[in-house]
Amino acid sequence: MLKIEGLTAEVDGKPILKGIDLEVPAGEIHAIMGPNGSGKSTLSYVLSGREGYEITGGSVSFNGVDLLALEPEERAAAGLFLAFQYPVELPGVGNALFLRTALNAVRRGKGEPELDAMQFLKLARERMKALSMPEDMLKRGVNVGFSGGEKKRNEVLQMALLRPKLAILDETDSGLDIDALKIVADGVNALRAPDFSALVITHYQRLLDYIVPDKVHVLMGGRIVQSGGPELAHQLEASGYASVKAA
Amino acid sequence: MSAIATGAEGFLHRFDGLRQRLPGARLAWVQALREAAAESFRAQGFPTRRLEAWKYTDLRLVADAGFEEALSVVDAEFALPPAHSRWRAVFQDGRLREDLSTLEEAPFAAASLAAGLSTLEGRLGALARPAEQALVALNTALFEDGLVVTVPAGVAGGVLELVSLASPGERPAAFHPRHLIRLEAGASLTLIETATGPAGTRYLHNPVYEIELAEGATLTHARLQQEGSAAFQLGTAYARVAAGATYDNFTLNAGGKLVRNEIHVVLEGPKAACHMNGAQLLRDGQHADTTTVLDHAAPDCASRQTYKTVLSGRSRGVFQGKIHVHQVAQRTDGYQMNQALLLSPEAEIDSKPQLEIYADDVKCSHGATVGEIDADQLFYLRARGIPEAQARSMLVEAFLTEAVEGVQDAVAREALQAAVTGWWEKAA
Repeated sequence: MLKIEGLTAEVDGKPILKGIDLEVPAGEIHAIMGPNGSGKSTLSYVLSGREGYEITGGSVSFNGVDLLALEPEERAAAGLFLAFQYPVELPGVGNALFLRTALNAVRRGKGEPELDAMQFLKLARERMKALSMPEDMLKRGVNVGFSGGEKKRNEVLQMALLRPKLAILDETDSGLDIDALKIVADGVNALRAPDFSALVITHYQRLLDYIVPDKVHVLMGGRIVQSGGPELAHQLEASGYASVKAA
Repeated sequence: MSAIATGAEGFLHRFDGLRQRLPGARLAWVQALREAAAESFRAQGFPTRRLEAWKYTDLRLVADAGFEEALSVVDAEFALPPAHSRWRAVFQDGRLREDLSTLEEAPFAAASLAAGLSTLEGRLGALARPAEQALVALNTALFEDGLVVTVPAGVAGGVLELVSLASPGERPAAFHPRHLIRLEAGASLTLIETATGPAGTRYLHNPVYEIELAEGATLTHARLQQEGSAAFQLGTAYARVAAGATYDNFTLNAGGKLVRNEIHVVLEGPKAACHMNGAQLLRDGQHADTTTVLDHAAPDCASRQTYKTVLSGRSRGVFQGKIHVHQVAQRTDGYQMNQALLLSPEAEIDSKPQLEIYADDVKCSHGATVGEIDADQLFYLRARGIPEAQARSMLVEAFLTEAVEGVQDAVAREALQAAVTGWWEKAA
């Protein structure tokens, strides 16, 4: 599904990623854990194609395609989804219009027919119900006046509608209470399938109690310094990142 | 062959030639009004950038154009804009085309100014200030027609459309309609105005509005300025708002080569309200200026102003907003916001808010923002699979929608929203 080899990247001339090697096979969920400033968010932005990051070396292959050569919208159409750490507010853009435009753009990319307003509403209502989202969130501006938890749920709703092949969750757990965390985790777990993979980026082990990863990687100083099974997350929780550094 | 005089002299020369033929030539008060206005225009000349009120808008293009009398091709066929109402007044080159208008059986009275001039002494010119505004002086000297609307007390007037068309032609024409709108106590009206003209034809549309709102009246005044690509529109509106009345103006500046939308509002009774909102949509080579002058002259009045400008290519936008809170105007609630979105590095926006506050118990705020399309918002949309061009369109439209959403009247709001969407689809 996703194969990262020797990836290096800079921001404003400062190296942040210093040689990432990572492979996420189809159907697996991998967690990336690491302290602040380790390069977690940079990795998610580099993979999704945000401007301002200079790729200085390495490669990323996504289902055999050179991911780094694609525009952000092409990556989305190819099945990549980034759940933002800080979902952006779009005043004046209605959530329903936004979701439908995104869904139809991705469907076009897949060669599927576009949905009209009625078909879309039916689908959106179904998905929102599963996420315990009030229907009036469709009428409001995208993320405008949403609480932290509502914004994150809106991210998961987008993911549930777009049905990506690979989801990157960038600290989706930050700012969530335990109930919201469960809802978000259920949303991700519902997508689990042999052709769905996820990269769960988090600072804390908490989210991984609900989204149990196949593998856990520790990112520090721009490199993956340790990889292991789900038990690694618990070790980190108990002894902290300093123990990894010492190892 | 005589050369056409340009600048102020050209217009004065025409006034000299036309004064016996203009409407009201046999009415002494009209003649006196015109003579005084011509004298005032002679003294002022075309405004230049040396005047503070004209610092950002250069009228030399207009002054040098050498306009002639508007010679209407009366049988010209026009594609009329889609109707928003049963009642519409259609003007061609500043003169009412009765044959294209439908004004009968309306709950209000609406008729040609030229035809009813003998009944308008004291009303025509009650608000306009030709001695201070050169273009208003020009309008007063040379008006040929206009629309006179009166909504009787307590009557809900519904929607009235005012359509202004310009004839195609080789020689630049100028017209100066004078519109008088009066809502008696408790009356309401939605006036939707569309001004259009042929692309590439140079003409000057110089309308003046005198708007009187009696106690508790509500006027929604939506102006869709979609003049031809080479046109000049220099409009001045005066509104006097009595106690408990509301003036809701929204001006969309989308057409024309050089445009000025100047509005003077006086809130003169307690609890009067005023909304002056607008959007300016500018392409390469266009110049649009919105200038508002608002007098809070009574206590407990509220005013809201939000103007948004989108500039592409080498275009220039201007916003000047003056709020004068008189000493008696305690508990004034005033708000003014001017926002610009620059789509091109060559575009320019000038913004000049001006607050003069002489009362002590006042809530008055203003702000201005200038920016490009937000990179985070753009990336968010693209990361969801929306192609860059479409994502940009969505963000520009969202920026403008926020301004249109404030219009209270649904018919006016939908007409404006359609115009905004249409402009952007053509531009994109």
